Amino acid sequence: MHCLSRLLKPCWYTKCRLTSSAATRQYSTRSFSHASSTEMLLENHNEPRLPVTMFTEDEQMARSAARQWANDILKPVVREMDNDSKTHTPIIEDLFKNGFMGMEIPEEYDGSGMNFTSAILVVEELSRVDPSVSIMVDIHNTLTNNAVRFWGSDALKAKWLPRLATDCVSSFALSETGSGTDAFAMKTIATPSSDGSYYTLNGEKLWISSSREAGVMLVFANVDPSLKHRGITAFMVDASSEGVSVGKPEKKLGLRASSTCPVVFDNVKVDAMDILGEVGLGYKYCINILNEGRIGIAAQQIGIAKGCFDVVMPYLLDRKQFGTKLADFQGMEHQYAQLATEIHAAEVMTYNAARMKENGLPFVKEASMVKLFASQVAEKTASISIEWLGGVGFTQDLLAEKFFRDCKVGSIYEGTSNIQLQTIAKRIKEEYE
Amino acid sequence: MKILVPIKRVIDYAIKIRVDPTKGPHAVQTANVKMSMNPFCEIAVEEAIRLKEAHKNKGDEIVAVSIGPKQCSETIRTALAMGADRGIHIETKGDVRGDYVDLQPWGIAKLLKGVVEKEENVDLVLCGKQSIDSDCGQTGPLLAGFLNAPQATFAAKVTKEDDGSFIVDRETDAGTETIKLLPSDAPAVITCDLRLNTPRYPTMPNIMKAKKKPVQTISLEDMVSELGLDLDEVLKPKNQVVEVYEPPPRKEGEFVESVDELLSKLKEKGVVG
Repeated sequence: MHCLSRLLKPCWYTKCRLTSSAATRQYSTRSFSHASSTEMLLENHNEPRLPVTMFTEDEQMARSAARQWANDILKPVVREMDNDSKTHTPIIEDLFKNGFMGMEIPEEYDGSGMNFTSAILVVEELSRVDPSVSIMVDIHNTLTNNAVRFWGSDALKAKWLPRLATDCVSSFALSETGSGTDAFAMKTIATPSSDGSYYTLNGEKLWISSSREAGVMLVFANVDPSLKHRGITAFMVDASSEGVSVGKPEKKLGLRASSTCPVVFDNVKVDAMDILGEVGLGYKYCINILNEGRIGIAAQQIGIAKGCFDVVMPYLLDRKQFGTKLADFQGMEHQYAQLATEIHAAEVMTYNAARMKENGLPFVKEASMVKLFASQVAEKTASISIEWLGGVGFTQDLLAEKFFRDCKVGSIYEGTSNIQLQTIAKRIKEEYE
Repeated sequence: MKILVPIKRVIDYAIKIRVDPTKGPHAVQTANVKMSMNPFCEIAVEEAIRLKEAHKNKGDEIVAVSIGPKQCSETIRTALAMGADRGIHIETKGDVRGDYVDLQPWGIAKLLKGVVEKEENVDLVLCGKQSIDSDCGQTGPLLAGFLNAPQATFAAKVTKEDDGSFIVDRETDAGTETIKLLPSDAPAVITCDLRLNTPRYPTMPNIMKAKKKPVQTISLEDMVSELGLDLDEVLKPKNQVVEVYEPPPRKEGEFVESVDELLSKLKEKGVVG
């Protein structure tokens, strides 16, 4: 019965096409701080434009602060956290204290009150040192926090935003054993009470990042499977609720310090006020928020690529063979020049996509492109960095091998590369039809 | 309590300095080089904040002052983000160099004396013991001299007593020395050394809050005339930079086989008599 409904259901991304133009319009108007942003953009079209690689003072300060903290406080414990497959609690506390976890949450909710680009830059700088820590920050900021800000009722925002900004790690609980790319095939059910004042969640989510540390989870569940995807609803579930159990973390190739666990919901009661937005619109929120999440992942991947260069270039400039610095051999010059060029392309694309989003422009195609490309560049850079380092690159003496292991998931989570390609192809076809 | 903290924008401490010998006194390259707050100034800002916090914030005010080009506003903003309350930016023209070539401690100290007097009721001036570009270490002591103020340099610990005096542990070559700066009409002037504290990171929310804190920007020329000073006296260097060059590259060492050989080599080089 349920297999049949799966066959009848088209792939979730094509639903994007039906809903995304509506969603984008809705999204665009929602993300305008005031209605006339597009007019402002057009009015200013004669003014000199700055390159996307130039940032405001706020953004630069955010980036410097993240870089300094990552190098001084995070770097010394990276290897240990990877070996232990655990992010240290003081590190998480520091993330909150420094305001990295509430980048876009407004000041009135104890957040940092900064913009999307600042969040992206922080993710990039943290990734340059430890992508396991940056993924916690990225998911928290670009998925959970932003979803609550965009679609949460005033009561929901008042309840959760201060906690999200100051002490509560969040998880994005979407995937299940039987539903990854086919996200709408989820089986977690949310049964409404007779008076509708609360819902009872039953189901099991899989692959949930930061779930071991999470104080709250944004859980997607179906209130009425007969409505198919239009029953999917997003719930803010307190992780300490009765019936929520986080299973053992997966043993992973990379991002080891980031906990990735199954989460079981066994008759978990969730108050109706903890529903994000409207019942049955969860699928829309999910698609929408994952778009900007992609820019976040791209930032992480760029950070990884730059992190590899941070390890490799000093080594190449120091080590000599045949009396010559490795960096001075023409073969090496050609290789690292090529990769640096690709990293630059990836970063410019990513910063541009962030600006498009900030300006309320449609950015679905660009978000897919940057995630796709940045993850490809990161993988290529991480792999070849080990070769450039020679034998020692293959050991745990240097962080290159860790970046190599960490980058691989970039082409998988938050939408596989194949899905990104399909999304991009669809947009291209639309442009020419 | 009102604390004045002069801060300087210098080439970031982690950057490798590039010297172009064809540029005479302007040999140190500053174009497109990362600049940051002088590390000792950061320590001074941190100490000011700690004193304010220890004093349970009884209406204490920390004023950050910087003399330099337009971009000094970023340096002041960092101080505000750390916890300073107000900023004063004495803006110089872009080509005026702060690294001893143009602005020198004498002129800076004259300006700061004017600022202290104009501010009124300054209880303490906390500055870094030296800047990492000119390494003079003179501004603090000169300022104390101009103000007729009690001073303590190379502070490793600072405590404020209830009677308005300051107890300072100083790091000297002979060891640590503790002195007491007695209350006076002039503010105490204390210069800060490395071990005084570890400066805090400005958090994201504080970086944003810093934007709302008041910063007075005034051109060097206007400030000089307001204070009744002579622009030439402030800007004209008392010392002239004759030459700037990179230290000679480190030569390779030699391996020796025995202590005797070591001694004979040292004698040869005239290191040992």
